[in-house]
Amino acid sequence: MQPVIQIKNLQKSYKGGFQALKDINLDIEKGEIFALLGPNGAGKTTLISIVCGIVNATSGSVTADGFDIVRDFRETRSRIGLVPQELTTDAFETVWDTVTFSRGLFGKAPDPAHIEKILKQLSLWEKKDNKIMTLSGGMKRRVLIAKALSHEPSILFLDEPTAGVDVELRKDMWEVVRGLQQSGVTIILTTHYIEEAEMMADRVGVIRKGEIILVEEKNTLMRKLGEKQLTIHLQEKLDAVPDNLKKHGLELSGDGDSLVYAYDTAAGRTGITGLLSDLSEAQIRFSDIETSERSLEDIFVNLVHEEEDDE
Amino acid sequence: MNVRGILAIYKFEMARTGRTLMQSIVSPVLSTCLYFIVFGAAIGSRITEVDGVSYGSFIVPGLIMLSLLTQSVSNASFGIYFPRFSGTIYEILSAPVSYLEIVIGYAGAAATKSVILGTIILATAGFFVDLHIAHPFVMAGFLILTSVTFSLLGFIIGIWADGFEKLQIVPLLVITPLTFLGGTFYSIDMLPSIWQKISLLNPVVYLVSGFRWAFYDKGDVPVVASFIMSMVFLGFCLALIAWIFRTGYRLKD
Repeated sequence: MQPVIQIKNLQKSYKGGFQALKDINLDIEKGEIFALLGPNGAGKTTLISIVCGIVNATSGSVTADGFDIVRDFRETRSRIGLVPQELTTDAFETVWDTVTFSRGLFGKAPDPAHIEKILKQLSLWEKKDNKIMTLSGGMKRRVLIAKALSHEPSILFLDEPTAGVDVELRKDMWEVVRGLQQSGVTIILTTHYIEEAEMMADRVGVIRKGEIILVEEKNTLMRKLGEKQLTIHLQEKLDAVPDNLKKHGLELSGDGDSLVYAYDTAAGRTGITGLLSDLSEAQIRFSDIETSERSLEDIFVNLVHEEEDDE
Repeated sequence: MNVRGILAIYKFEMARTGRTLMQSIVSPVLSTCLYFIVFGAAIGSRITEVDGVSYGSFIVPGLIMLSLLTQSVSNASFGIYFPRFSGTIYEILSAPVSYLEIVIGYAGAAATKSVILGTIILATAGFFVDLHIAHPFVMAGFLILTSVTFSLLGFIIGIWADGFEKLQIVPLLVITPLTFLGGTFYSIDMLPSIWQKISLLNPVVYLVSGFRWAFYDKGDVPVVASFIMSMVFLGFCLALIAWIFRTGYRLKD
């Protein structure tokens, strides 16, 4: 099946010579939620801005649903909705007017029923006659989402959609996003909340210094790169890791009452048996053992640091 | 063509006028009334006629042109600058509207406001002086052509400006002086010979003259020259806008 978005050899250099994107190649599959992760200034927003038509690329090509974003801009842009990172809304218009404006701007015939449905979905219906300037930050974020959905896009870009949004509202938005995916909308989101990507995404891409350094199925990624931690709760506190246990790379927790051992689940030998045997030999008694998996956040941080170390 | 997109921008801009009625309509009309009182009644009473037209009537086309130029420029420049300033321009740039459609929406709304304003000022002038329009269609043509051209200029300024100060510089330091020196309150025939020649370098002379010809069948320069000059200026603005959109200047760079 043809990818819904195909990015080939995309480059973006700014006037001062800064290269924001370096030879980006990326395919987004129809109907998936793709999370693009990367530290600040990695090029996430530039990449999204080029696909949406806000920034000109220096070279390379992008297609959406098989249409070129420059040559066939009407076809591509009418399929794409964008929720920008910044809370860039009008101030003096009402919620209803600004969402209706967006639908018209994208060339769609007026459809009050559709606007009503979106506003109700996003809990904005009660605020429809309010001026945007009177809304809270979270509500403004919802207005931006409503504007992006007003023309019924089949591809939705969410650039840090839950930045500055409280936990409850964030969960509401996740539900909306899931609902959109179920209705067939392809979603590309950038986020600083790795938890968000972990919960929502089907695939994850990591961008750093304008380069895509990894694209992987989220579950495969977590399985491949996933380390587990074994935490051994001690009956008696230790001042330091005993000499005969140092070879295991153990870490003593802050107050000395537990030892932490990291191991690779993908490796043939985890080293747990040897560790337990050495613990017994050192006559270290423990009250409990627990294991925990690395989160996507740990994986992300490691990936970015590994790349930095390689340079 | 995305007609709905153009209409959305146009209606949005016209709604802004509705919200700022005092600033958009009432203020320029009041200023024009003051000009009539000061120049038409107080000073004009000491000047009998210019080219066979009473001084009060003589200044009407110039006064309309003065408001038309300044309001077209400031409306259109603010219209496009504010979305750039607030960041809402992202929506325009990511929508399936062509550059031409964006310009039609913004400059069209600014020009409409100017035409409405010009008509209101014309009606207001009727309370102060006797008005006679020799060529009403030519007058309407010049009114629309000038509004459109200077709205395009305003659009360019709105793209170029990177602060509110720059937004004001051109209307205050270029348009207003050129209009005052462009025969708004006098015929350039009244100037010494050397200043008459220098005045011909001022494009506003041609606009005011053409507009005045439409009223009184008399102008400082031939009406054809006024028309050609207007079209040249229109062509210049269109070419500059085409370049802005082709390069993404201040919008997509």
